[in-house]
Amino acid sequence: MPAGDPLSLRETLGSGPIHAERILCGFEARVRFADLLNGSTLQAPLAELSGCSVLLRTKDHFATALALVQLDGAAERIVVAPSCLPPGHLPALIRDAEVDVLVTDSEEPEDFELARERRIRCSSTLVAVEKVPRARHRTEWLLLTSGTTGLPKMAVHDLAGLTGAIEGRTAYAPRLVWGTFYDIRRYGGLQIYLRALLGGGSLVLAGSGEPIPDFLKRLKARRVTHLSGTPSHWRRVLMTPLNDLPDLRYARLSGEIADQALLDSLKRNYPQAKIGHAYASTEAGVVFDVEDGLEGVPLDLIDKPHEGVEMKIVDGTLRVRSVRGALRYAGRDKPPLKDADGFVDTGDVLRLANGRYHFLGRKGGIVNVGGLKVHPEEVEAIINRHPKVRMSLVRARKNPFTGSVVVADVLLNDKAGASTRAKDMEKEILELCRNALPEHKVPAVIRFVTNLEVAHSGKLVRHYA
Amino acid sequence: MTVRQLVISHMNRVAEEQRLSLAPLTDDLVLLDCGLDSLGFAILAARLEDELGVDPFAAGASAGLPVTLGQFVQTYENAGR
Repeated sequence: MPAGDPLSLRETLGSGPIHAERILCGFEARVRFADLLNGSTLQAPLAELSGCSVLLRTKDHFATALALVQLDGAAERIVVAPSCLPPGHLPALIRDAEVDVLVTDSEEPEDFELARERRIRCSSTLVAVEKVPRARHRTEWLLLTSGTTGLPKMAVHDLAGLTGAIEGRTAYAPRLVWGTFYDIRRYGGLQIYLRALLGGGSLVLAGSGEPIPDFLKRLKARRVTHLSGTPSHWRRVLMTPLNDLPDLRYARLSGEIADQALLDSLKRNYPQAKIGHAYASTEAGVVFDVEDGLEGVPLDLIDKPHEGVEMKIVDGTLRVRSVRGALRYAGRDKPPLKDADGFVDTGDVLRLANGRYHFLGRKGGIVNVGGLKVHPEEVEAIINRHPKVRMSLVRARKNPFTGSVVVADVLLNDKAGASTRAKDMEKEILELCRNALPEHKVPAVIRFVTNLEVAHSGKLVRHYA
Repeated sequence: MTVRQLVISHMNRVAEEQRLSLAPLTDDLVLLDCGLDSLGFAILAARLEDELGVDPFAAGASAGLPVTLGQFVQTYENAGR
């Protein structure tokens, strides 16, 4: 690697002392970060992967976390496959990323074909190696977008951009223990992994399919101090008995809109912790953190450039130009990721109200009621204010009279005992909405559900029409 | 409760919620004159769909849009059979 270029992930990790207590803790296995410097989980010499385009596909993200440290600087390109990626999408992604090597922890035959069959096994166990080859490539990291339907796009990042928002590298913070509900194979989770790896501290990862109560027990036993997840994750945490985390100092929400009711609930439950919500996207990178405990975004954060990030609102959606953003989409015939000035359209709709910007939701999620637009999140925020409501999902239902109407699925919390009557609750929620919203935004129908589907990404599953 | 009673009761409820007053509900009442606006009808249709499990006006269904209250009720009665 020519002088002056940024170090690889392993070299960055090794550029300072690593405290022996710092660990990566998975569901079944754990490793010391220090052992990553001269350890391998790959069943082939790293030199064989030099300059290759690698598809990294493991059953559990723990194995991916270990492999990434080895592959960065060696491979030309790493496609990081998240768990919920439908196998049917693989051939197109392999073609677009020109993948020539599969790195996997699976022994089963693959459900797709590589043009040049190369397959290297990886595991979750580090074996010490005598000599680690020097980094030779500025590796491209291809992270998949979490679109609602269809083939995901691959956003091309490099390590410099991915780690641009991390402060205080390799400083040892003895009591810094990160935990995350995310899959580290997606942008948001990867940020937490890199933060723990390079920013000091340890990290506790959830196992695939590990129930939240079990994960909470492990987090508590590991004395987690910093915990990150989506608002939907956090709502489920609040619904879990014995959810105390005595060592928690920072609760971080991202990936969905954090409403005031949830922020307040978290503050009540974890009075000793700072409650922050952050905004990042696979395309735009880490954009900002809001740490004043209020929903929405202070004007300054958006109107003034900071740390290489500029923002503006055009046609209602947030546009970001950032040194930490993705470089482009991988593959031929892909739409440009940025406009001519280098801004990414996040598709997230912001509106100025009461001296702050508020997220109204996704441009694509808009419900059109007889020509009047409704953002589901705007209605959900009102419904969620009801003390007996845990969470809600607002969506469009086709209607012969207005094209669409707004309908709401509502999940009640444990304050709604057996004596709570659905009819009364419905009336109270409708009253709440009617007092806060124009008529067309008030749900036509409220259904009480026992579960709301949350995707692997930790976000409420929204099926757009 | 018959389909007719169900339709009438939901109409009254929507009107009450929307703070609208309804005309006397007879079979030959022209729907657009009944006092509900289009949003009111939209809500009514959505709730009847939940109660009866059917949207007779959905794309692909045979029913055209009703003119009178009698036709509106009948459409739901037919769809429920």
